Amino acid sequence: MSTPAKEGAGFEPAIAFKDVWMGFDDGDVLRGVTFQVQERETLILLGETGTGKTLTLKMAAGLLTPDSGSVVVLGNEVSGMRESQLLPLRRKIGFVFQEGALFDSMPVAENVAYRLREDGVAEEEIEPRVREVLQFVELEDTLEQLPSELSGGMRRRVSIARALVNRPPIVLYDSPTAGLDPVTSQTIITLILRLRDLYGVTSLLATHRLQDGFALANFHFDPETKRVVANARNGNAAAAANAARTRFLVYRDGGVYFEGEPAEIANSEDAYLKRFLV
Amino acid sequence: MADTPLQVTGRQKKQEEAVSVVEVLGDAAKRSVAAVQDYALLSGRAVANIFTSPHYFQDTLEQMDFIGAGSLPIIMLSGFFIGTVMVLQTASQFIRFGQTSLTGDVVAIALVRELGPAFTGLLVTGRCATGIASELGSMLVTEQVDAMRAMGTDPSRKLVAPRLLAAVLMMPLLTALMDFIGLLGGCAASVFSLRLSAIEFWRRAIDALDFADLMQGFTKPVVFGFILATIGCYKGLTVRGGTQGVGRATTSAAVVGSVMIIVADAFLTKLALYLSDKIF
Repeated sequence: MSTPAKEGAGFEPAIAFKDVWMGFDDGDVLRGVTFQVQERETLILLGETGTGKTLTLKMAAGLLTPDSGSVVVLGNEVSGMRESQLLPLRRKIGFVFQEGALFDSMPVAENVAYRLREDGVAEEEIEPRVREVLQFVELEDTLEQLPSELSGGMRRRVSIARALVNRPPIVLYDSPTAGLDPVTSQTIITLILRLRDLYGVTSLLATHRLQDGFALANFHFDPETKRVVANARNGNAAAAANAARTRFLVYRDGGVYFEGEPAEIANSEDAYLKRFLV
Repeated sequence: MADTPLQVTGRQKKQEEAVSVVEVLGDAAKRSVAAVQDYALLSGRAVANIFTSPHYFQDTLEQMDFIGAGSLPIIMLSGFFIGTVMVLQTASQFIRFGQTSLTGDVVAIALVRELGPAFTGLLVTGRCATGIASELGSMLVTEQVDAMRAMGTDPSRKLVAPRLLAAVLMMPLLTALMDFIGLLGGCAASVFSLRLSAIEFWRRAIDALDFADLMQGFTKPVVFGFILATIGCYKGLTVRGGTQGVGRATTSAAVVGSVMIIVADAFLTKLALYLSDKIF
């Protein structure tokens, strides 16, 4: 029940995959995947383990090159670029790795400041920006701690802080709640939600938890009360816009099985999609 | 379109199951050629990165501390006893001809031309190439290298070039120290075992050396530094198979690095002797 990818109605998509094939020696993982993510949109990439979600994110960041097909990010044909050409583009993309991938020999502050130092930001500007972004993820007290001294959820939050420190227009999340308890997962999703609603980033979020997607589709951050509220309770226009900006993409057997709005997947009678609802 | 071994590509062509010995050998040969190509590519890029901006001076200093200062204890301890053994072994032969005073000459030439560079190369490979391989391998399997790439940093520039530069700069200094401490050990053995004069030992040792010996003795460590750093980085950055793979890469770095240093030593010795005949 694959639905064709929606065209951007005149707007160039932030991320566009067209007939992307990718595999390794033991077979194809992705078989002709096509989809688009529009600017300021959140695409929830659902799929079971091994269906190619991480591969998709890594190809979007140019960390992997597809066997065939086209990957376009911010107007750049990533699949045809050399590593040296990709480096400047990657500075416009935040990547939150599944296990955080923090530099384990650096304290939290150095991890978060890494990208700023690489960009040649003045030292006196770095510290306040690092504090600000750590405040955003509510970890301003961990500046001097090493990643090994943090819990799994805290490492994930530092990873989000590191990804957004230079305010990239696109953030890619690789299973940001995998292996976390429900309370910590909710904290992470709230952060992603705030990031979306405060900074308007385009997000591609891979997960196997449908509830993460529904949380992003059904809630929004209210800047006046500074709280996360259900779309139905507050600001119909903004809430409707947020809900409309969240779409779902489901992978199955190397292809796109479903692409559509939150309501479509929630009301679907399809047996495979229902497995994610449990 | 991978232009570096760090830029992973998917399968270019689906491989069928190998059925014959020829195919198996053919695949092994292809893998070996591909490995040499990747190694050459990584080394070439690292050398190019040393001469182009941006540079990571802090990382280079840290690696100089790790490779240089960190290797001082093993170099000094080993050097002293290598010099001692050299004197005891050569003197046992010279005693038969009543020429024990020649031990200073022999020890100096052997240490400066050959033993100093070779032992330093092997010891530092054992300590640092393995350390580099395990560190970079661990970074790779925990996705830290991918994280670096995702943040717009070239790992070749950030991780490989500083280690290469540090090794190439530190190896001649460590070799000079190994030579000096080796001569000190030789002098101690000469004085206490052979009852030779320390002044006589040093005078003969210094007189025995000429410029060609020093050239040979300080060119080799530069090459050995290049080998140990690039092999360590290559093995670390091509780890496959998680933490077990890191262990294999570490062992492989020590073995391949040591063998390559010994092989390179033979060719460099031949080249140095040829040049010293022609030039000096």
